[in-house]
Amino acid sequence: MNSNGKETLLQVDDITLSFGGVQALSHVSFDVAKGEVLAIIGPNGAGKSSMLNVINGFYHPQSGTVTYKGRSHRQMRTHEAAAEGIARTFQNIALFKGMTTLDNIMTGRNLKMRVNFLWQALHLGPARREEIEHRRYVEHVIDFLEIQAIRKIPVGRLPYGMQKRVELCRALASEPDLLLLDEPMAGMNVEEKEDMCRFILDVNDEFGTTIVLIEHDMGVVMDISDRVIVLDYGRKIADGTPDEVRANQAVIDAYLGLSH
Amino acid sequence: MIYLEAGQYKTTYEDDQAIFPIAQDRYLVLAAVLVAFVAVPLVANEYWLQALLIPFLIFSLAAIGLNLLTGYAGQLSLGTGGFMAVGAYMTYKITTAFPELNILLVFIFSGLIAAAVGIVFGLPSLRIKGFYLAVATLAAQFFIQWLFNKVAWFYNYNPSGTITAPPREVFGVMVTGPEATATVRYLVALSLLVLFALAAKNLVRGRIGRSWMAIRDMDIAAEIIGIRPLPTKLLAFAISSFYCGVAGAMMIFLWLGSAETLAFDINVSFQVLFMIIIGGLGSILGSLLGAAFITLVPIFLINAPALVGVHMEVALERHIESIVFGAMIVYFLIVEPNGFARFWQITKQKLRRWPFPY
Amino acid sequence: MELLIQVFVAPFLDMAGSPVFLLEVIINGLLTGVMYSLVALGFVLIFKASGVFNFAQGAMVLFAALTLVGLIERGVPGWLAIVISLGVMVALAYAVERWMLRPLVNQAPIILFMATIGLNFVLEGSGQIAWGSNVKELDIGIPDASFDVGGILLNEFDIYAALVAAILVAGLAVFFQKTAVGRALRAVADNHQAALAVGIPLKTIWIIVWSVAGAVALVAGIMWGAKSGVQFSLALIALKALPVLILGGFTSVPGAIIGGLIIGVGEKIAEVYWGPVIGGAIENWFAYMLALVFLMFRPQGLFGEVIIERV
Repeated sequence: MNSNGKETLLQVDDITLSFGGVQALSHVSFDVAKGEVLAIIGPNGAGKSSMLNVINGFYHPQSGTVTYKGRSHRQMRTHEAAAEGIARTFQNIALFKGMTTLDNIMTGRNLKMRVNFLWQALHLGPARREEIEHRRYVEHVIDFLEIQAIRKIPVGRLPYGMQKRVELCRALASEPDLLLLDEPMAGMNVEEKEDMCRFILDVNDEFGTTIVLIEHDMGVVMDISDRVIVLDYGRKIADGTPDEVRANQAVIDAYLGLSH
Repeated sequence: MIYLEAGQYKTTYEDDQAIFPIAQDRYLVLAAVLVAFVAVPLVANEYWLQALLIPFLIFSLAAIGLNLLTGYAGQLSLGTGGFMAVGAYMTYKITTAFPELNILLVFIFSGLIAAAVGIVFGLPSLRIKGFYLAVATLAAQFFIQWLFNKVAWFYNYNPSGTITAPPREVFGVMVTGPEATATVRYLVALSLLVLFALAAKNLVRGRIGRSWMAIRDMDIAAEIIGIRPLPTKLLAFAISSFYCGVAGAMMIFLWLGSAETLAFDINVSFQVLFMIIIGGLGSILGSLLGAAFITLVPIFLINAPALVGVHMEVALERHIESIVFGAMIVYFLIVEPNGFARFWQITKQKLRRWPFPY
Repeated sequence: MELLIQVFVAPFLDMAGSPVFLLEVIINGLLTGVMYSLVALGFVLIFKASGVFNFAQGAMVLFAALTLVGLIERGVPGWLAIVISLGVMVALAYAVERWMLRPLVNQAPIILFMATIGLNFVLEGSGQIAWGSNVKELDIGIPDASFDVGGILLNEFDIYAALVAAILVAGLAVFFQKTAVGRALRAVADNHQAALAVGIPLKTIWIIVWSVAGAVALVAGIMWGAKSGVQFSLALIALKALPVLILGGFTSVPGAIIGGLIIGVGEKIAEVYWGPVIGGAIENWFAYMLALVFLMFRPQGLFGEVIIERV
């Protein structure tokens, strides 16, 4: 429980991460309540993507802990994070280019599939049942994000905005409890952005998924997030509701530049 | 018109996920299998079976094996010959030690041993990728070839250093050895190929195939989704080596009759690699097409000059062959990385509309 | 038990028993290693400048040597034959750029790698069609005699080979570090598109680097050919350069040299002391196994750069 009386899903405590001599994150702490939409903002190179990479175990911080669902991890492992229900999308789309939309999204169900390879080679009984059962769920997500028409198309041929949507779809297919979105609207036009905002809010509403997102478009951030964290040079400089953050002097300085 | 799928509505996910969702494909494949099983044995003579069809079937199996590893899982291997040798020599050891054991079962056991060897040499794939891994698989190729050559136990201390297929019956029919007819060996090889090709197709369209392709296309993203790289890659190495092992066993026991390690040298590894590049990386059908092409070209090169009255020396034929294969590889990588398999798809697309192009 | 002693104890006793012989083995290994380094250098050049792992380097060695010997056999004087062979390698570089690299630009490295396997076969086939596939003598006037230095038997030819390698490496180092072309090469190696954007002509650079690699292949071909005759197996010897590269790292010229020396020495010691116990001819695979084990612990090689993965 945190101060607002809501259950805490994720707690990041005193994380420090550096590559060689470059300090990417220093002593960053924050928590995410269950069902919340949290935005991480900050200038380029502030350590936002690194923060997501620490949460899902891709980077291992030099110090600090990540507490997820009440369990503390000195280091999260990526596949553990995935198994525990953390899914994410990437700043530069990370779809599997040689596969169709449907197959890409089906990979999101991989962790939930159990049937061993001998049954799969026969494609009988349990293997077939399992495949169909998961296909059903995937179709549900496909309907939800309105991408029925591109099911069988190799993702490499889709336009950029669509690829972003397929990536979100793949993340959702794993039924995540925590969804990390790295600039979900980068490079989109206004219309696509509106669609994406709607999907994010719908996901949060209907599935109750907790969302942590990185975004540069301030209008979007202020509209859809419950809370905003501001990073600058790897440090957290503000944490609060959109209105509080907007009024924060340190944030204004970081964005507008301050003569020292 | 011919390939028009209009009117074929799929009402269940099951129908949609079938191997051949389009009815025409189903009939075509069925017809091909029927021809292969019934018509070919009636028509083909000893030469065609021995020189063309049996090696085609065996190399198809090896090519499917390598394609699972390289085309689907994205792990380049130059050790195919080595893994095939494991299958061949293990079959020889097991069947000479237990003569009453069904030879087809022995093939499977040997394949499993090849799979284990594949796992050992696949372990470096955790840390290394791409051509680094290719070099590591060269270690498998050279070490295995040396092992079977130097350690006499593997060829039962036979002074000639070769292994020979002993006569073995299955259900009262002679399957291997000098008395086995080419037709029988052809049918056995065909049956094994059809079974294993089907199994491979099933694997690649399910969870395992998707995780292989995910690792191939973007390993980091795959890992973050929860696909663990090491077990996934090792499974690819194991299954691929199993296929190659069985193919190697078939090579000695259903085709050549006897051989030494030279039959599995690095050139075999390259040959199989060429098959999947020319046929199509990441395609089961492509493996078959590539194997057919690579088996046909030398035969064509040997026979074509004779037809027009020119005599060509074997050495010259070999060199032309290697130029043709090499040039084809470069050509396909540039123009159509999906190989013959893609040509087939394009043809089908055209046939959908033919003869009314608009 | 006896086998264990033979494998784990006896070889070391042998080494301690006759340190002079051990030294001789090591020195001979070093000298063979130099020859591997010669071939590996060509790989490193091309990899550095174009990011292509050129599997065909071995075939280029064979092709160059065949061309040279073929010309000499037909009565062309030695110096002219070398000049013409160099010209052929430059023409080859041009053809490779035009018909292989240019159409494949920006493809995945593994695709380019497979394309060079294709090139490998084209070169092997065409070289042997043009010049015949029988073993050919190549006499470049260096005596293949052994002499004695303080009880250690050395081969004069190997000493020359080491000298040639040293000169070649020094020359390449100067070329890379001091000349404008060398700087452009390094820029291209870092980032193709950025190099293009600042106006470095990618095409020319590729032709130059493949030509230089062709020249290195010619030198390697001459040395190997003079040592063991010009024949098909040259292409296989060149495959040994692959483990050398893995040890040394793909992008490092000193790495190629030191990797070659390590492989040369390791192979000789293994063959002399362990070979008889486990059946001999282990030099066919020893280098690959050594590289494989090494890779498990240090995937980037001795001198390669560590790669930080990002998403």
